[in-house]
Amino acid sequence: MSVENGIGVSVKRKEDQRFITGNGKYLDDINKFGQTHGHFLRSPYAFAKIKNIDLSAAKTAPGVVDIFTGADMTADGIGGLICGWGINSKDGSPHVAPPHPCLATDTVKHVGDQVAFIVAETLQQAKDAAELIDVDYEELKSVTDVRQAAAAGAPQVHEEAAGNQCYDWEIGDKAAVDAAFTNAHHITKIDLINNRVSPNPMEPRAALGEYDPGTGEYTLHTTSQNPHVARLLLSAFVGVAPENKLRVIAPDVGGGFGTKIFLYAEETTAVWASKRVGRPIKWTADRSESFLTDAHGRDHATHAEMAFDADGHILGFRVSTKANMGAYLSTFASAVPTYLYATLLNGQYKMPCIYAEVQALFTNTTPVDAYRGAGRPEATYVVERIMERAARDMNMDPTELRLKNFIQPDAYPYETPVIMTYDTGDYPLTMTTAKDMIDYTGFAARKAKSAANGKLRGIGSSAYIEACGIAPSAAVGSLGAGVGLWESAEVRFNPTGSVTVFTGSHSHGQGHETTFAQLIADQLGVPFESIEVVHGDTTKVPFGMGTYGSRSLAVGGSAITKAADKIVEKAKKIAAHLMEASADDIEHSHGVFSVAGTDKQLTIGEIAFAAYVPHNYPADLEPGLAENAFYDPLNFTFPAGTHIAEVEIDPDTGVVEVVDWAAADDFGNVINPMIVEGQVHGGVAQGIGQALLEGVVYDDDSGQLLTGSYMDYCMPRADNFPNFRVETTNTPCPSNPLGVKGCGEAGAIAAPAALMNAITDALGKEIDMPATSEKVWRAAQNA
Amino acid sequence: MTSVSMTVNGKSVNADVEPNTLLVQFIRENLRLTGTHVGCDTSQCGACTVHVNGDSVKSCTMLAVQADGSDVTTIEGLASGDDLHPMQTAFRENHGLQCGFCTPGMIMSAVDLVKRNPNPTEETIRKELEGNICRCTGYHNIVKSVKDASEKMGG
Repeated sequence: MSVENGIGVSVKRKEDQRFITGNGKYLDDINKFGQTHGHFLRSPYAFAKIKNIDLSAAKTAPGVVDIFTGADMTADGIGGLICGWGINSKDGSPHVAPPHPCLATDTVKHVGDQVAFIVAETLQQAKDAAELIDVDYEELKSVTDVRQAAAAGAPQVHEEAAGNQCYDWEIGDKAAVDAAFTNAHHITKIDLINNRVSPNPMEPRAALGEYDPGTGEYTLHTTSQNPHVARLLLSAFVGVAPENKLRVIAPDVGGGFGTKIFLYAEETTAVWASKRVGRPIKWTADRSESFLTDAHGRDHATHAEMAFDADGHILGFRVSTKANMGAYLSTFASAVPTYLYATLLNGQYKMPCIYAEVQALFTNTTPVDAYRGAGRPEATYVVERIMERAARDMNMDPTELRLKNFIQPDAYPYETPVIMTYDTGDYPLTMTTAKDMIDYTGFAARKAKSAANGKLRGIGSSAYIEACGIAPSAAVGSLGAGVGLWESAEVRFNPTGSVTVFTGSHSHGQGHETTFAQLIADQLGVPFESIEVVHGDTTKVPFGMGTYGSRSLAVGGSAITKAADKIVEKAKKIAAHLMEASADDIEHSHGVFSVAGTDKQLTIGEIAFAAYVPHNYPADLEPGLAENAFYDPLNFTFPAGTHIAEVEIDPDTGVVEVVDWAAADDFGNVINPMIVEGQVHGGVAQGIGQALLEGVVYDDDSGQLLTGSYMDYCMPRADNFPNFRVETTNTPCPSNPLGVKGCGEAGAIAAPAALMNAITDALGKEIDMPATSEKVWRAAQNA
Repeated sequence: MTSVSMTVNGKSVNADVEPNTLLVQFIRENLRLTGTHVGCDTSQCGACTVHVNGDSVKSCTMLAVQADGSDVTTIEGLASGDDLHPMQTAFRENHGLQCGFCTPGMIMSAVDLVKRNPNPTEETIRKELEGNICRCTGYHNIVKSVKDASEKMGG
């Protein structure tokens, strides 16, 4: 039976009403009585010693409440920021995690590093006072490029990290791969740069810290994807306050894309300093600060080699990557180029053996951490670029080479050589679906037509796989994670039959208020309008690990379903009592409880009322109808699919027009197709942005960020994109009760390789991302 | 301090402001109309778009004193009571928003776009929205929303 506004329906979003009328409450929209304004003085240098900080003139400037430096935080016992995932090098040694102070103490290590925190009556006064702070710097030679950081004689970012190395990690079977290459008929090699990008959620990061001397409680409003994790880190590692004295609220958050997962210096400093000044402190980043301090994404340099037999079957895969960590290790940075990257190098293929080594390096740049896809886009980019090149080397159609090597639909569970066990999928189906969507066979005619108009046309594919729905706690714990990756939920009936769902997932655009309500509408038959989803407040929501890694539905949604299962179990007992039957005889369907073989029935609303007004109630049951659940997944989920891009290039201008896009994705069961399509659109757009337009650039000499505003960093606009063709194929995920896999990151994972392969096809030569018109024009001139 | 007065969402307002106060600051901080957002500091993103005397304006590029005597409409003033503007409805019906942060500016720009182009093609919509950045939707459903609204607005 399908339920109105239930599973599988494109229900319009609950949350939209407040956003389209200007009634959203983002962090900067919130103000507190007596609020002050915080501003950070930031390092103008990429690398410098701080010899002295003179605050005397600034402290007496108009409106200044107080000014803090690293010494103040240290004196107060406030620790630095930590990385929550331990990676061991090949030799077994733990990764190098140098101190990461919120306010610099003796050195600054990237442009934008925090030096002092000025608190004033107005933001303008805080900024004016910052101009009066006299910092005596001794500038040092810096390094920003990851390959240069690895070179002998490179400037040393941290004393603790010899050769700038954070870790030198490996996975797979080196000997087996070496043997496979010895026996190869054909070997394809490739060198790739995965360009550094800035996530750029449209709402800049912000924080509002306050302290209540009456209760000793701190409250931090912060633009976070995971407020409970922020609270844990602030409490257990930074030492601001015990968890029970710290409330973290993430209100409406205007996009995250990974960069709002992490605990940053700014919110830490603001909440700590609120007690010192005895008043609330608000800090809101301007866009320049976002570019300087929001954790960046990607920034890999990779050499890869793939060995094939005479029939084009893969024999082995060898990958060596240098990953830029930036100046400090951000919250989950170490995991991104290792367990979120190299474990996906198997792609969708039967690969007998894989060996990957990853050297992570420090540079004088903004820290790098998870950005939409986090490691999996980088893996897909390597696998799908080398597959495309190999096909061209062997004079095969690239899609045929892929089809020849795909894991077949009857091969699950499929254990890869890099520790993943794929649970389900149909890779040939997603690829043939995408080919049909874009009329792959008609491409030659379209290419000829473009050529007649003096244009170069190209087509390129990307068959991606991701591991998401992160993650089984025991599995990630064994790989170095410092946290469990379960999710929690409470389903609470109110006496009048409406329902409040509390979830540890956090929505910052994903539409959880709608999708999660659909789950309850479907399972418990409660009208969609009578369901409220609450998230983002550590005091309201029992617990949570937050939203990232396409985990909200697979893990958070499963926790809600599990709590609803408990509701059903209890409701059956109440119903049995009210209808004078045995609980074993009570049947449940979408919120209607009936006695088997009779016409007696009660609705969940009637049962909820009896639970809260228990005048006629089972003696052995507690009153109330509210249940908590924690859900720890059994496995990762493995969304996969094929995206095919078609481009037309004007060789006279180098402008690449993305003329068509076909996305065929297997996300397992789909709860709200409209929202899922929207997630694919957005992910693809970010992937196209990375491939075509975006790139963080540092000046080699000075280490200055050259792309520090929207004047310099090219954000994709509406006229950079075509309409996207999006379809889903569906093999339900066997490892969670909803059968869902996750859809939020797929587009960003698939798109860069598809687009660059299409550009390669058009130009007849390979270039690195971003394929700016200048780069494409140069390539076209020399074609 | 300089005195400014204007009509915002049909109401007369006046205040003494510093001469360097931006219109967006006046709207957000003085009037507490926080539906108008600030997403950048270089007038690129368009999250702060409002209507001044019927034309769309990035309110971060205009001083409050320059709007003295003007008729300003913000996202909060677009609906007539509980009746949403067709553009607002179209964004909801076509899933033209995700995180919602760019949405008020996007809707205000789109209303002006349709006023100037009653029957916009997809190409026109994409070109005209160049001054508004959205990071969530890939613009696909925004374009669809604007097209849908233009038809309902009687274009």
